[in-house]
Amino acid sequence: MTAPLRVLDDGAWLSVSDSRAVGVGELWRLSGFCECEQADFVVEGFTGTGVDGRTVEVRAYGTCIVCNEEGPTDWLPVGRLVDTDTPRRTDGERGVFHKLANSAPAAGAGSRGVTRQPATRSGSSENL
Amino acid sequence: MPTDVEEWKSEVYGQEIRDHLMEFAEEGWESIPDDEHDAWFERFKWWGLYHQRAGQESYFMMRIGTPNGVLEPGQLEVVGEVADEYARGPAENPEFGAAYADFTTRQSIQLHWIRLEDVPEVFDKLESNGLTTQQACGDSWRNIVGCPVAGKDANEVVDALPVAENLNETFKGDEDHSNLPRKWKVSVTGCREGCGQGDINDLALEPAEKNGRMGFNVRVGGGLARNEPRLARGLDVFVEPDQAEAVSGGLSALFREYGDRENRYNARMKFLVDEWGAQEVRETLQEEFVDFELERAGEDLRDQYTYNAGTGPAAGSHDHADGAAADGGVAAQYPGGDHDHIGVHPQGDDNFYVGLNVMVGRMGAADCLELAELADDYGSGEVRLTQRQNVIVTDVPESELDAFLAEPLLDDYAPDPSPFERGSIACTGTEFCSLSIVETKNRQVRFARWLKGNVDLPDGIEEFHIHLSGCTASCAQPQIADVSLRGMKTRKNGEAVEALDIGLGGGLGEEPRFADWVAQRVPADEVPGAIENLLANFAEVREDGESFREFVENRDEETLAELIEPEETSYTDPYMHNTKLTWYPYAEEDDMDDGPAPVASDDYPVESDD
Repeated sequence: MTAPLRVLDDGAWLSVSDSRAVGVGELWRLSGFCECEQADFVVEGFTGTGVDGRTVEVRAYGTCIVCNEEGPTDWLPVGRLVDTDTPRRTDGERGVFHKLANSAPAAGAGSRGVTRQPATRSGSSENL
Repeated sequence: MPTDVEEWKSEVYGQEIRDHLMEFAEEGWESIPDDEHDAWFERFKWWGLYHQRAGQESYFMMRIGTPNGVLEPGQLEVVGEVADEYARGPAENPEFGAAYADFTTRQSIQLHWIRLEDVPEVFDKLESNGLTTQQACGDSWRNIVGCPVAGKDANEVVDALPVAENLNETFKGDEDHSNLPRKWKVSVTGCREGCGQGDINDLALEPAEKNGRMGFNVRVGGGLARNEPRLARGLDVFVEPDQAEAVSGGLSALFREYGDRENRYNARMKFLVDEWGAQEVRETLQEEFVDFELERAGEDLRDQYTYNAGTGPAAGSHDHADGAAADGGVAAQYPGGDHDHIGVHPQGDDNFYVGLNVMVGRMGAADCLELAELADDYGSGEVRLTQRQNVIVTDVPESELDAFLAEPLLDDYAPDPSPFERGSIACTGTEFCSLSIVETKNRQVRFARWLKGNVDLPDGIEEFHIHLSGCTASCAQPQIADVSLRGMKTRKNGEAVEALDIGLGGGLGEEPRFADWVAQRVPADEVPGAIENLLANFAEVREDGESFREFVENRDEETLAELIEPEETSYTDPYMHNTKLTWYPYAEEDDMDDGPAPVASDDYPVESDD
């Protein structure tokens, strides 16, 4: 079973198995993004996605609203692929961990499903 | 490695998408295979359909491209009828009601809540009346923009409308140009004002003279999206009107061949021009894509540009309003508007055009129908759309002006609005858009209403542009406004709230400049107070005769930041919560789980574990 991961619509959202899993506009608490002990990070766009084992990761672009540092993040886990049919997020805007209870990557999943993708700005880009 | 989007495009794209779209529409929303949603929604854009954001699955935004903003007689009525019948969602907007049309900054029309199952009927109705959604979105030639009174303007120097129409007819549906690396935005301008906004387009044709011949200078690589705004750069090429097709097609082909298909973020023409420089673009165009000798640029008219130039009406000696005051008649009662086409203005014939303010570009379906009727009664029936999200009724005889201006509908869509109303532009925002971070249209309406009632512009300032964009995609063109507002988040009293970055001093004209972003993350409910204080400080500190734009240019960012003093006022903002996490920001029960989407073809919510 494959679980294609994509950043779409100019980095607006992460698609997992053709469903919207994580979107921009949320505040995430991050460590190591800036000099703040814990950054309060506005997610403005996603620039890449990949997996590490069953953990879905993204690279995001945004700003810490405490210190004003802006830029791209390192790889951030946003969920895990588990054996259910529907992606779920579990912790709202409080954290970076989104449990994606989705199709588990399996043998023959293909590079998009199980291999960490390079951190390119891969989303399609549409101005409404 | 090509992106997924490029792979999808290589399989099915362009005209052939239509057959699949019609098949899905016939069989219903559920017929789109679950594992093909991303691919088909990406492709549907080419036919003007954009899947609405999370929480609104199975509903689409539909964009209708109206070249140069021209709605021929009868077409606005069709838009109103389609909006009334098909663009009704499961909840009402408290400012605009249940069915409406949005006029965009690219002189197009957007409808929302469109159901896939209704697309064939909507297409039939639009196309039988000369309207189309083809290539309104997607990676190809988008709606061509230009001076909204092209062909009507008393002082136009090049007849630009036939050029824009020819480019539209030539490159809409042309398979050689239907699959580009990304969107291709074109502006064609023939007036003296610069109101085609060529500087922010991938390709701009701007009026120029060479050896006594009138034509266009060519510029390439402008755009505002993301945090990478660029002004179009001169290509040192002059074309006569009959060469515009060959050179424009050559540049589109150059972009097709050399644009970046491996990284969509980098795929815009502006980045190719960054990488190559204008000279290499010119040389490649000459060597590979045109079969005649390109002429060097002619003498442009940019020193006469007054549109959004930050100089005030007095500087506009060659503007669309020429003759309005001299006319001494009805037009003289509505001075100004020479920069935004609002108000009454003489055409090149004996008739007048009347520009009407449409707050944030949104007009109710019933009002569309009424305006269409008025345009028919008092003018030729033609209506045009501007890049400031407003409408123009053309071809009104002087004998009909008084009666037209007395129509009750013009109380809501005024030819003489307050500066804050006429200066407002807003993008779609979190109401429907995936990328936006904040609510925009209703908020901008409330901003303008409050500013109108509480703030006076300083002496000599007659126009003041405030553009609100929900994110860095810049659909409201915030970088070219006096006050630029861009969606962000912040915390207020510990709670996450919607906020806006504030930029100052952007605009076009001979020397266009992008706004300086001087204040970050101002809570949205403190923004009207910030603008009030900014204007008061400007009035107090400005040098004699200093325009707002000059005022900004003459001061550093730190100084300007101190002049913005955000504070709460009597303004109230009902959208401070995280509207992106609602299924619809204005619904009484607005949690994601409360929304009806996705909706099946038989009108019942689709069973889902989401």
